[in-house]
Amino acid sequence: MPLKRKDLLGIADLTPEEIVLILDTAETFRDVNRRRIKKVPTLRGKTVINLFFEASTRTRTSFEIAAKRLSADAVNISASTSSVVKGETLTDTALNLQAMAPDAIVIRHGSSGAPHQIARILDASVINAGDGAHEHPTQALLDAMTIRQSKQRFAGLKVAILGDILHSRVARSNAHLLSKLGAHVVFAGPRTLLPFGLEKRITSAEGSVRFASSVEEAITDADVVMMLRIQLERQSGGFFPSLREYSIHYGLTRRRLSLARPDAIVMHPGPINRGVEIDSDVADGSFSLILDQVANGVAVRMAVLYLLAGGE
Amino acid sequence: MSSSILIKNGTIVDPSQSLEAQRDLLVRDGRVAAIEPAIHEDGIEIYDAAGLIVAPGFIDLHVHLREPGFEYKETIESGARAAIAGGFTSICCMPNTQPINDNSSVTSFILEQASKARAANVHPLGAITVGSKGEQLAEIGEMKRAGIVAVSDDGRPVVDSGMMRHAMEYAADFDLPVVDHCEDCCGADGWAMHEGEYSALMGLKGLPGAAEDLHVARDIMLAEITGARIHIAHISTERSVDLVRQAKRRGLAVTCEVAPHHFTLSDKDLFESGYDTNFKMAPPLRSQTDLAAILEGLRDGTIDAIATDHAPHHANEKMREFDHAPNGIVGLETAVSLTFDRLFHRGLISLSRMVDLLSCGPARIFGLDRGSLRIGAVADITLCDPHRRVVIDASRFQSKSRNTPFNGWELQGAPVAAFVAGRLPAA
Repeated sequence: MPLKRKDLLGIADLTPEEIVLILDTAETFRDVNRRRIKKVPTLRGKTVINLFFEASTRTRTSFEIAAKRLSADAVNISASTSSVVKGETLTDTALNLQAMAPDAIVIRHGSSGAPHQIARILDASVINAGDGAHEHPTQALLDAMTIRQSKQRFAGLKVAILGDILHSRVARSNAHLLSKLGAHVVFAGPRTLLPFGLEKRITSAEGSVRFASSVEEAITDADVVMMLRIQLERQSGGFFPSLREYSIHYGLTRRRLSLARPDAIVMHPGPINRGVEIDSDVADGSFSLILDQVANGVAVRMAVLYLLAGGE
Repeated sequence: MSSSILIKNGTIVDPSQSLEAQRDLLVRDGRVAAIEPAIHEDGIEIYDAAGLIVAPGFIDLHVHLREPGFEYKETIESGARAAIAGGFTSICCMPNTQPINDNSSVTSFILEQASKARAANVHPLGAITVGSKGEQLAEIGEMKRAGIVAVSDDGRPVVDSGMMRHAMEYAADFDLPVVDHCEDCCGADGWAMHEGEYSALMGLKGLPGAAEDLHVARDIMLAEITGARIHIAHISTERSVDLVRQAKRRGLAVTCEVAPHHFTLSDKDLFESGYDTNFKMAPPLRSQTDLAAILEGLRDGTIDAIATDHAPHHANEKMREFDHAPNGIVGLETAVSLTFDRLFHRGLISLSRMVDLLSCGPARIFGLDRGSLRIGAVADITLCDPHRRVVIDASRFQSKSRNTPFNGWELQGAPVAAFVAGRLPAA
């Protein structure tokens, strides 16, 4: 059963059933990724374009491997700048790609909403690989896959998401996804980096989203602690005084982690800043699933490509 | 067509003489000559206005005509024609052209182009400071002699309070109002929408309502110590409306205008548009609470005028990413229908109040010799059909630009004709 939609633009649009379908499909592809021959003919003859307007190693590679393991032809385009700098409008870029008749376009863009703008024009499936501070749906899906493998459930879990929530598409997509599946998401970080009001626009019958008053409160009794990468440029933007102060007051140390449940897991979308938002001994501890996330990323992206572009 | 005409069977709505009744209106040599229950005159052209409203010509205090400098977006001629198509007989154009209208030669150029266009009357605003840079006062007196009706650094708010104080004092010497685009940036450089729940959800940088409120509060205080007339452009927040309301109670010469998109749309509509760049403008579409306060300000009389902030942009420019797309939408050809549909038909304002907001109020604010159909007045007249149903079709705009969020909207009420000094400009 494929997804009954052309595009994957965000988690906000998905139903819980669609999310579970993607996760279940990803589990079958995870098995493929463990075989000696890691390739299936599912998308033979299909073309997938990876259109990356922002630097990315992990996500781009992950999508490329996913497409190739499904036997699709994968093409990478690194545009590296916005349409304004390039002198071609986003619409024109999309129309030019359309003329080459791809089956799916994976887009990463620094501007929130860019995938939505091109999806309206294109016949191809558009997969959002991260847009500005808006959504990064495949990251949230691979995070969910990782959590489900460890906890076997979402209902009732307390998930702390810590750091720069304001600029984080990972935080938004995870909040949508986890609350839809019944988890309780708690955000914390410096007040300058918290987008208050977000909790009112993420509503779900089962789960919840809220802002904690401190990192410690968010971590206390958490089942999952998810750290976000802190960008150095936020320091010059006046959001916090220094990386040193940030790591002391908001970083994940062993001491802070001890407030979580004894079986808590630690996650991070990468790339990690060791010693800044996360201590090395936390990142490398047995409770850290950071590399499992990366492995699951390929499986989730195979599932998404298959479910969107695999139909007749 | 001569500039004499008999407009018969219409309902004259003219708050300047407290008139709302079916009357015939005789125009002779471009001026209102008679208003009577029934006028019979031989040898004169007759316009049958049965079922129509006959109002003093509508005046838009806030348009961007883009000429000189950005003629690919709009020219003075195309803008003045769009005005007529939208029911406006006079438009007041902002100085942010290239070059900026900060000296009398640019002012004269604009007026020459406007007179060649033979469409709506065009009244330029001059810049407050040279290049609208906020550093040195522009030659306001010379621009006044050339024909400006107000001063503004629209879009580039005067940041320095001392400079703003001097601008108010100096403009008052020439009896010119200072039109105030209120946006203290609050660390929100590069904002793309209103700061609130929806900006948080959409991952777009927000401009808080407080950025407007701070600036409005400051300039009301400056108006109080200078005694100057200030006019708050495109008011958009609950708190700013309240600040103007209080200032008026204290008797200050503070007025304000609202744009149709700010009494029609909120940031929720932007969210539901899915990052449509035609929902991006400055000030941004605000919250639903702000929208409700705007409607209350229109109802209770705090808001003095409806002005479009007509801001044409070429389609290419709006095809960019949301955060890179320019601010602004065209408004001249949708404003009157939106006003009827959203304000009059929903019972928020009367016909007479509507005409006040679109004609008499604007004329008072800029001291224009318009906004009335008194005997002897220049016969700028707008005819409207309050019940006509229209579907907005941007492809048929007279404006060179099509950037509107209202394309395809079905609205009730529309302008039918706009006479300038008794003549119907060629459409």
